[in-house]
Amino acid sequence: MGLFLLRRTIGFVLTLLVVSVVVFAVMNILPGDPALTILGLDASEDALAALREQLGLNQPVVTRYVLWVWHAIQGDFGVSHSFKVPVAGLIAERLPMTISLAISGMAMTLLIALPAGILAASRHRKAADWGVMFLSQLGIAVPAFWLSILLVLLFAVKLRWLPPGHFPGWSDPVAAIRALILPTVALGLVQSAVLARVTRSSALELMRLDFVRTARATGLSRARVLWHHVLPNALVPIVTIVGMQFAAVVTGTIVIENVFSLPGLGRLVFQSIANRDLPTVQALVMMFAGIVVTANFIVDLLYVAIDPRLKART
Amino acid sequence: MRHFVPSLPLAALVMALGTGILADDAAAASLVMGIQQEPTSLDPTSDATASIDGMLTQNVFESLTTVNEKGEVLPQLAESWTVSDDGLTYVFKLVQGTKYHDGTDFNADDVKFSFDRAMAEGSTNPTKSIFAPIASVTVIDPNTVEIKLKKKDAFFLFNMAQGDASIVASESADANATTPVGTGPFKYAAWTRGDRLTLEKNADYRGAGTVALDKIEFRFIPDAAAASAALLAEELDVYAGFPAPEMLPQFQADPRFDVTIGSTEAEVILAMNNSKPPFNDLRVRQGISYAIDREELIDGAMYGQAVPIGSFYPPHGPAYVDLTGMYPHDVAKAKALFKDAGVEGSTMTLRVPPFSYATRSAEIIQAQLAEAGITVKVENVEWGFWLDEIYKKLNYDMTIISHPGPNDMGNFARGPKYFYGYDDAAYNDLWKQISEETDADTRIALLKKGQTYLAENAVHGFLFQLPQVNIQKKGITGLWVSQPVLFRPLAGVKVE
Repeated sequence: MGLFLLRRTIGFVLTLLVVSVVVFAVMNILPGDPALTILGLDASEDALAALREQLGLNQPVVTRYVLWVWHAIQGDFGVSHSFKVPVAGLIAERLPMTISLAISGMAMTLLIALPAGILAASRHRKAADWGVMFLSQLGIAVPAFWLSILLVLLFAVKLRWLPPGHFPGWSDPVAAIRALILPTVALGLVQSAVLARVTRSSALELMRLDFVRTARATGLSRARVLWHHVLPNALVPIVTIVGMQFAAVVTGTIVIENVFSLPGLGRLVFQSIANRDLPTVQALVMMFAGIVVTANFIVDLLYVAIDPRLKART
Repeated sequence: MRHFVPSLPLAALVMALGTGILADDAAAASLVMGIQQEPTSLDPTSDATASIDGMLTQNVFESLTTVNEKGEVLPQLAESWTVSDDGLTYVFKLVQGTKYHDGTDFNADDVKFSFDRAMAEGSTNPTKSIFAPIASVTVIDPNTVEIKLKKKDAFFLFNMAQGDASIVASESADANATTPVGTGPFKYAAWTRGDRLTLEKNADYRGAGTVALDKIEFRFIPDAAAASAALLAEELDVYAGFPAPEMLPQFQADPRFDVTIGSTEAEVILAMNNSKPPFNDLRVRQGISYAIDREELIDGAMYGQAVPIGSFYPPHGPAYVDLTGMYPHDVAKAKALFKDAGVEGSTMTLRVPPFSYATRSAEIIQAQLAEAGITVKVENVEWGFWLDEIYKKLNYDMTIISHPGPNDMGNFARGPKYFYGYDDAAYNDLWKQISEETDADTRIALLKKGQTYLAENAVHGFLFQLPQVNIQKKGITGLWVSQPVLFRPLAGVKVE
């Protein structure tokens, strides 16, 4: 286990290092001048030069990269070019929004997908199965942003049950939860469609196996067999997909936050790229990469917990 | 009867809450305004983002002068001024007893500090050029400032009203990007980046009695569909600068809303790289001008909500000449000119920035030029790319862009390095005359001459004036319909 953790940590650091080089290189290759974006079309040459000097853009790329890594290791992600405040603070301000959305979106995915998948498997080739299959097909086909717009039109504009967007902050928990409902549904429905299909097919595969027939023969009820014997054994493929979906949910917040005008990291990354705000983009991409790598790492740990046989292989 | 009892406290609570909200409403008049562009900073003197001016200039910050909706210059922090006969010395008499929001006094030293700061060598003022004519700023006494100019400047008083020339205090200037401190009718209350900015009434303002709003909340909603939903759900009182003209009929038909369509200073042009063949050939530029059907363009791209222009001057301005008839839509003439210039059947690229007016216009212009035998390759580019490749490096054939600044006919005199690639000694002379002419009538005559000159030379394809579209709840008065400048004073706005 110790060796496993060490290998994983080295992989984690290497991944982040590669990501940081790629982001830095791409942002520097992309045409665009942060000073010009900030000062606009009427800026004079000397004002632009003064701002470039202020932002430290006159140093060579390699020097800037090395300085950035050196400071990042010490926990200093620099000062945003466009907002002119420390990037760490900027991210901390918006993190609760995105984390709340990602967690509720993931929870919604699991709450819908697992029961629906198991139900479909247990009613194989019956009405419930066809229903789940049809709805999940629809869910996969519908783009999240379009679903968001429809949800807003129905629940916010027509029925006025929920706000059409805008996050009031956690100081008012009721308002915060109300604001999160529609974005969560938009984020979760599409993901749950994928997961329901995976759950169904892996459950179906297992239900054909001997141990299920044996369990039934010993007199266990269908439901008990499904939840206590089939589902635990079907978890490995499900956990794999959930790990991948967590990454998709985190990045999916970029679209959802824009549609619902929520002040999260998705909006920030969008705006920072447009403003060529390198320190902010760099920190955000590193963070997204960190989340994805961590999610994969947790999935690996879960494999071992779910199926001890896999331990030998790691 | 029993089942009524438990619900009594609830009913009492609901009533209490209800009256609480009502009482609150009566005491405090608030305005929630949606805008499209999210600001990155709150300091109009160091960042060109237009929404900073839109929210803060002349609301939180004040300048020596201000401009009304008609574009006329009025006194603000300067209550009066005198101009010497040679037009080079301005003496401003300042208002007395005004304080900044942090309690410090406003006086002539602040004016000198603000201008010296903007003109300094390391200054990052986005419109430093408006200070270029200034030779010196001298404090005569705490309420009088003298400004000497190097050369006459017809736009000086107008420019001094802008956000770039906001009067700030030395104590608070450096922190204005995050906690703005000015002398205006509203003071900064809170800013949630990416979401909203809240301003409160400045009770100590010298004209506080006439300010009706107690609180203003700006919400940043870039997406048109989200903005529309927020309006329909009555989360917003106003959305200023609504970007999707196709959604307007829905609001026009809704009795809850007023839709106003005003003018802006933004001329939308099909810019051509005059320094690059074949666009350095007048015949090619004229051919393109003849190939454009403005009516079809405005109907298609702006759903009819824009005024066509034939040169580079806003139709609501005092010196406007209608030159839309100079190159009427005439495919045959366009073809003949292209043939003459030897570009018939050639391919040109059109690099389009990510603004809805531009991307929509691009497709229609592509079709119109195709009729005249020119193949147009449309390339949609991102804003950072546009600034670098097109604006800075002049690496383009044609592009579509709006110029939101007032008095910007001087762009054509900015020389071959400016992205127009246009260098014309005759026009440079003319613009010098215009910018130094302080007599209003003579200046108007010269501006007319300038417009005609630019149209004759078909420097660009002149398309239309961008409209200012506001959607507001009924009962809101005093909001500007047109935007002659980037700022939008809200001191006179009332909510019924």
